[in-house]
Amino acid sequence: MKYVDEYRKKDLILSVSEKLKSISKKEIVLMEVCGGHTMAIHRFGLHSLLPSNIKLISGPGCPVCVSSQHFIDTAMAYSKVPGVIITTYGDLIRVPGSTTSLEKERANGSDVRIIYSVLDALEIAKKNPEKSVVFLGIGFETTAPLTAAAILQAKKENIPNFYVLSAHKVMPPVMKALVNEGVKIDGFIAPGHVSAITGTAIYDDLATVCGLGVVVSGFEPVDMMQSVLMLTEQLESGTPKVEVQYQRVVQHDGNKIAQQILEEVFELRDDQWRGLGTIPESGLRIRENLSAFDAEKHFKVEVPESTEPKGCICGQILRGLKTPVDCRLFARKCTPSDPVGACMVSGEGTCATYYKYRT
Amino acid sequence: MKNREDKILLGHGSGGRMMHDLIEGLFLKHFSNNILNEQTDAAILNVGSSEIAFTTDSFVIDPLFFPGGNIGKLAVCGTVNDLAVSGAEPLYISVSMIIEEGFPMKDLEIIVESLAAEAKKAGVLIVTGDTKVVNKGKCDKLFINTAGIGRVRKEDRQVSKALDIQVGDVIIVNGTIGDHGMAVMNARESFNFKTTVESDCASLNQLIREVLDQSSVKFMRDPTRGGVATVLNELVEKRQLGIEIDESNLPVISGVKAMCELLGFDPLHIANEGKVLIVASEKDGNKILEILKNNELGRQSAIIGRVVNDHPGKVVLKNETGGRRIVDSLSGDQLPRIC
Repeated sequence: MKYVDEYRKKDLILSVSEKLKSISKKEIVLMEVCGGHTMAIHRFGLHSLLPSNIKLISGPGCPVCVSSQHFIDTAMAYSKVPGVIITTYGDLIRVPGSTTSLEKERANGSDVRIIYSVLDALEIAKKNPEKSVVFLGIGFETTAPLTAAAILQAKKENIPNFYVLSAHKVMPPVMKALVNEGVKIDGFIAPGHVSAITGTAIYDDLATVCGLGVVVSGFEPVDMMQSVLMLTEQLESGTPKVEVQYQRVVQHDGNKIAQQILEEVFELRDDQWRGLGTIPESGLRIRENLSAFDAEKHFKVEVPESTEPKGCICGQILRGLKTPVDCRLFARKCTPSDPVGACMVSGEGTCATYYKYRT
Repeated sequence: MKNREDKILLGHGSGGRMMHDLIEGLFLKHFSNNILNEQTDAAILNVGSSEIAFTTDSFVIDPLFFPGGNIGKLAVCGTVNDLAVSGAEPLYISVSMIIEEGFPMKDLEIIVESLAAEAKKAGVLIVTGDTKVVNKGKCDKLFINTAGIGRVRKEDRQVSKALDIQVGDVIIVNGTIGDHGMAVMNARESFNFKTTVESDCASLNQLIREVLDQSSVKFMRDPTRGGVATVLNELVEKRQLGIEIDESNLPVISGVKAMCELLGFDPLHIANEGKVLIVASEKDGNKILEILKNNELGRQSAIIGRVVNDHPGKVVLKNETGGRRIVDSLSGDQLPRIC
């Protein structure tokens, strides 16, 4: 398959591995922020191709995993409001809330529909004018522009029954929060699709102020290995900086149109992250002039106080402090078919990835 | 029962782990008998001096028409294949329809014609049936149930039981995997992928007969819902053997591969309707491969893996870059990833 096979070539991967082994001397810890990266590392067995002094840890970049329990519980409360259709990307329906999940609420009679594009939610709203259609907006700068575009489209077409419950988040604040918290990280493998939208300047502080290496990476094994090599070269030579490995997609300035749409629809707010607490200016709220589409403004529901599942260490895993095998629930009480924490639900969650590739 | 849910979820019908738990924990608990407990695709029954295979299957596919077939063709293939992989020669089938009030007669005619055409092609007679019409909204357009019986030859009656699986045995599939599930998904959802992926929906009884007549098969099953992964997991479950699959040998057409990459699916979990998985010794395996490749329905057959001593009870996939991962049964419904 074009654009995939050439980035999975064994010879190329092994030659990067050899080069890495020849130049790597220091003990370094690199965090792959994105769940897609975590999955690629395990899927292609990249750990075994790295020198033992390079450690990769997983970060908080899986949207389903970092969405707060309160957000899940709010979605659940909306699903019980008569006349509401919940539309969501698939993974979210299986995330356990404090007492139930959207999947179970659907069996109880709630109208919960899996969609593949937010524009499908708009279509559902148009076809069901007597219902209120709520889209559960999750994801980073990658999916947020699509949600923003849908809101603008709803405004343009005057669709009054379309609402968004936004848990959209932005990437840099959480990365800085981890560094400030003292998590030992020498460099970040940054998600390529985020920078396709934002450009690369969002990470400049991490290099100039925090002295960390950042390489914006693609998602195939050759991409990942090359990114580790670039970070290692930076760190070995003591010149941390922001570099782009994913040059076939990412431009320095990003996608200006998407940025404008984001800016037009959303503003930053302090936001809750699962296991990480509230991080200043890390979430995206719908601007006041578009509040007609903001589910939080429209629906008045009682959301019981959220409780995190007992014994689940998703929070520490998302901070890179622990790995799933440190959790006593992992692969015993918590499995993909019966998940306790969000990180076991999403195909790109760290726990689900470890479970799948636990050979 | 094992399952802790207090209501039926969609995942209970997806052919994966949840359905397995439902069957074990509820149905088998109450229905248990020596024949059912074998849990093969078709029950093998002693009637007088001969043995017959008996099976049933319900079809609730949406949409009713999809690239490569429709619910009528599928309803014949599904039951014929369940009999065939049990080592039986399919003879007679029943067709029961539950039709929603208001269903277009024109569509029903097309579906019935397909049922008849596929039955003729497979060499089975439709000998009995039932018709129910329900109020609008009480079922989704049309559901079909077919049941079938077939004659079992003594020498073939063990093929669904996997009695003699050994280390070194090979696992063969008669062509590309994931075609049916992805064709239906593309027809159902609003992806508008410009792809030519078609369902592989086909009756395999004649192909399987050739294989059984000319070689020695240790086990065979059709990897429908839950895909290849689920069949192989069920095969090694509770055994002191594992299975290793080689990713580079998996036949997957590029359209299916691309859809799976985009949606975050694993082709090993996607449903097939014209595929059979065969386990045989290496020597017989090569012969079987040759037989399959000479048949229209087996041109792209391949040996996709082997039975191994390592990781007992588990199916492991080895990829081209040296990575290895566990291939689990499907848990609940496959969910598309979101970023």
